[in-house]
Amino acid sequence: MIPLAWLLALSGAVFVIGVIGVLVRRNALIIFMSIELMLNAANLAFVAFARELRSLDGQIFVFFVMTVAAAEVAIGLAIIVHLFRLRETVFVDEIHLLKG
Amino acid sequence: MIPFLFVAFAALLVGCSLMVILHKNPVTSALFLVLAFCSLAGIYLLLHAEFVAMVQVIVYAGAIMVLFLFVIMYLNLKRDVEHGVHIALRRGAGWILGALLLAEGGLMLARRWAPGPTSTEADLSAPVGNTLAIGQSLYTRYLFPFEVTSILLLVAMVGAVVIAKGRGPGVHREPPAGASGATRGPAHPPGSE
Repeated sequence: MIPLAWLLALSGAVFVIGVIGVLVRRNALIIFMSIELMLNAANLAFVAFARELRSLDGQIFVFFVMTVAAAEVAIGLAIIVHLFRLRETVFVDEIHLLKG
Repeated sequence: MIPFLFVAFAALLVGCSLMVILHKNPVTSALFLVLAFCSLAGIYLLLHAEFVAMVQVIVYAGAIMVLFLFVIMYLNLKRDVEHGVHIALRRGAGWILGALLLAEGGLMLARRWAPGPTSTEADLSAPVGNTLAIGQSLYTRYLFPFEVTSILLLVAMVGAVVIAKGRGPGVHREPPAGASGATRGPAHPPGSE
């Protein structure tokens, strides 16, 4: 039996790694991967609490989170492909179309 | 045994996550992300969330990462310069991992021929996984969110196609109209003039 605290610590660690990746990296693809890491950390917390509460609802929420993540990746990668065609770069600090 | 496995999977997960954000090459980052997802699936298995573990491997490590790798290779980014030490290290790690795999295969083969403890009937008939319970809950209590999810996926698919197609030079060219006009070209000018 794995203690809940370990699982939450692991989830928090992965989430923090994802946040650091979003903050540090300039490549939009790596930023997307970091967002995936954060979503997975949330999923891990869901499953951990589902096990702790003896309930299946947490695992069903994981299902929905995965669906949203798949939709987000499809849209986001389409946007990145479009941006790359426009600006020939995926580095987010070189993409400042809204800057006057 | 289970705490040991958990610590191993957790260490793998954290290490791979760190490599995802630290590595220079996006392809390597994506492959480390696959490994991180697989180790997370292992943790789900330890938590008796078998359905989530399988969906994790199929959807995340399969579909989403294929999409990532496809886009990374489609964009054809600049790759980093390979250093000599890295090559040597990688080659050494490859040999070691290959030897480990070989040893593991030999071990399994040896165990198979050895008279091991036979699995009892109770173990075989024990319920494996919670897919049935999740399916029942998903199609009764969570039916409406489930259907909304399918609409969300449809909208995402249409949106991805529309965005990625873009307003490139393909719109101005209009190949079908130009092609039909070209074939009908010899017959058309006499009629118009």
